[in-house]
Amino acid sequence: MTDALEPRGEPLLRVRGLRTWFPIKHGLLRRTVGHVKAVDDVSLDIRAGETLALVGESGCGKTTAGRSILRLESAQEGEVWFDGVDLLSLSNAELHPYRRKLQLVFQDPMASLDPRMRVREIVAEGLRSFGIGKTQREHTDRVAHLLERVQLNPDHMWRYPHEFSGGQRQRIGIARALAPEPQLLICDEAVSALDVSIQAQILNLLRDLQGELGLAYLFITHDLGVVKYLAHEVAVMYLGQVVETGRTDALFEAPRHPYTQALLAAIPSIDPARRSGAPPVLGDVPSPANPPSGCRFHTRCPAVFDRCSKEVPELVPCGGGEGQGSASRCFLAESSPG
Amino acid sequence: MEAWVISNIVTSLLLVSSVLVVLAVRRSRMWSEAMGSLWKRRPIAIGVVAFYLAIGILDSIYWVGGINAGEDVVSAHEAKSVIDRLFADSRERSYSAPLADVEFYGSAPLENPGWHLMGTDLIGRDVVYLAMKGVRVALLIGGLTSLIAIPLSLLFGISAGYFGGRVDDVVFFVMSTLASMPTLLLLIALIMAMGRSTVSICIALAVTSWVGFCRLVRGETLKLREQDYVQAARALGVSELQIILRHILPNLAHLVIITFVLTFSGLVLSEAVLAWLGVGVDGSWGQMIDQARSELSRDPVVWWNIAAAGLSLFGLLLAVNMVGDAIRDILDPRTLRESP
Repeated sequence: MTDALEPRGEPLLRVRGLRTWFPIKHGLLRRTVGHVKAVDDVSLDIRAGETLALVGESGCGKTTAGRSILRLESAQEGEVWFDGVDLLSLSNAELHPYRRKLQLVFQDPMASLDPRMRVREIVAEGLRSFGIGKTQREHTDRVAHLLERVQLNPDHMWRYPHEFSGGQRQRIGIARALAPEPQLLICDEAVSALDVSIQAQILNLLRDLQGELGLAYLFITHDLGVVKYLAHEVAVMYLGQVVETGRTDALFEAPRHPYTQALLAAIPSIDPARRSGAPPVLGDVPSPANPPSGCRFHTRCPAVFDRCSKEVPELVPCGGGEGQGSASRCFLAESSPG
Repeated sequence: MEAWVISNIVTSLLLVSSVLVVLAVRRSRMWSEAMGSLWKRRPIAIGVVAFYLAIGILDSIYWVGGINAGEDVVSAHEAKSVIDRLFADSRERSYSAPLADVEFYGSAPLENPGWHLMGTDLIGRDVVYLAMKGVRVALLIGGLTSLIAIPLSLLFGISAGYFGGRVDDVVFFVMSTLASMPTLLLLIALIMAMGRSTVSICIALAVTSWVGFCRLVRGETLKLREQDYVQAARALGVSELQIILRHILPNLAHLVIITFVLTFSGLVLSEAVLAWLGVGVDGSWGQMIDQARSELSRDPVVWWNIAAAGLSLFGLLLAVNMVGDAIRDILDPRTLRESP
């Protein structure tokens, strides 16, 4: 199955078989009685300078996947290859230099900045941590430069976060993430807490930064409009697993997995002709502590048949033909000719 | 080194550090705004607290000599505080009523007729003077105990909340054990074991009072640990110690201040209870109240001793509590963090 994801060149970040399970503990002795399988066998490839969007409904494990890659959550199994090194196998001290290359932008601009710190301290934290710039003055200069880069007034570095609007705070968060000169930014719902007009500004900023700095993004989102605008590639997650991957255009054009089809059909459109007739997905997401047998989507799938509840489908290449790297975790896509 | 020299050193250190704190507060816009609105809300209570503090400080500055002690050689070589000097010649022979010209029993004239605002006690000491001496004791008990209890609760609370697991289990076990013992019995037992000095009473009060705050700190740390900005710091490779010092502690600061002010009054009151049980600190208001108990059954009643001690205690606690409530309102993170 992994071969399906390795067509063109060496990716910047390669995630293989990532599993993050949270133990459920019960009783006096805190015995582990089960696991919440938040991330269950996720494989991704992100190429330098490109954007991979990780989409899925809330609770599907996309945030946990992002945090596991950064080792903010500890994954049970899997490999995260970056620069020829498996990050999950490193000790904390060995990991430190690699942290510089992978940074995180958060969803909530209110909660992601320390209310007791000035903007300068917040942005300079990465500089201190990685020993970039020796003197305070050098730090101040760099912070000023970073603030300009995210289109904020450098004079505002002496203010506190609560003096800024949501969009400005998100820019500060981006400046903080850019401070150690990363190669990959993991944007965890980075625009979903913002007004639509501000969202567009931030998305444009991220796109400009990608052009200027050659950043790669892992863009975690549930907003397919954002995906279409920003992403080169898409990975769709359902209940801890990647169910479909592909180049953005190809995936929006011809979704293979019934879940992807349903997601795309749910994009609101003002043009009646473009409204799709795909059946809506009913019901709630099953508990990740006790996922359904066989295909995880079979309880809600409009195209379900016998085999779905008995056998587990693999992520197999399909469609796209000329090395597009499309893959789908569905028996229907498997059987249909590419 | 003699006790009065230490008292001078500690007092000057306190004065220097409070000047530094004031400077730090003025530099931070957030804190100076908070202090400004505190002053606007509770000017009288702050004035009262400042008055008590001033008396406490005046009573902590000692030097030898400078008093016309006559033939009393011992007194001439004793260190006296500013308050002692103010009341140097106020000694009478026995009880006198407030502002009286003659002694309470009999009608012998007083040394200082009409001078004793709250009368004198059994051995002729001015009651206002005794009440003023009690200020320093009260401040010492509240302050020193908090100085022991707060760092202790911060250390244990933060490590339990931040690291969790085994550390949390151990801290929680210690806290539950202490909390399950009757406070008063534990206090008396500790004081009896350590001796009845001011310091040992403060240690005993600290041991019995840190648990509540520790629990608060632990809970708050649990919450802060999961905040995005702590996660961001971790993603930036900031060490655990740095995260605690730069992110966790500053965000606990308002909690520390609120708790300090609110437990302060509780501690002073606990001392009064201990004094009433006969294990208090010498010269405290609690001891004055304890000694004045029998005076209430005299006829005519000798009320000024207990009244002076009670009013002093009441005034300090009321003012401190009012300031504490105002601080809590002002520093509440909900009103502080998201002010647009």
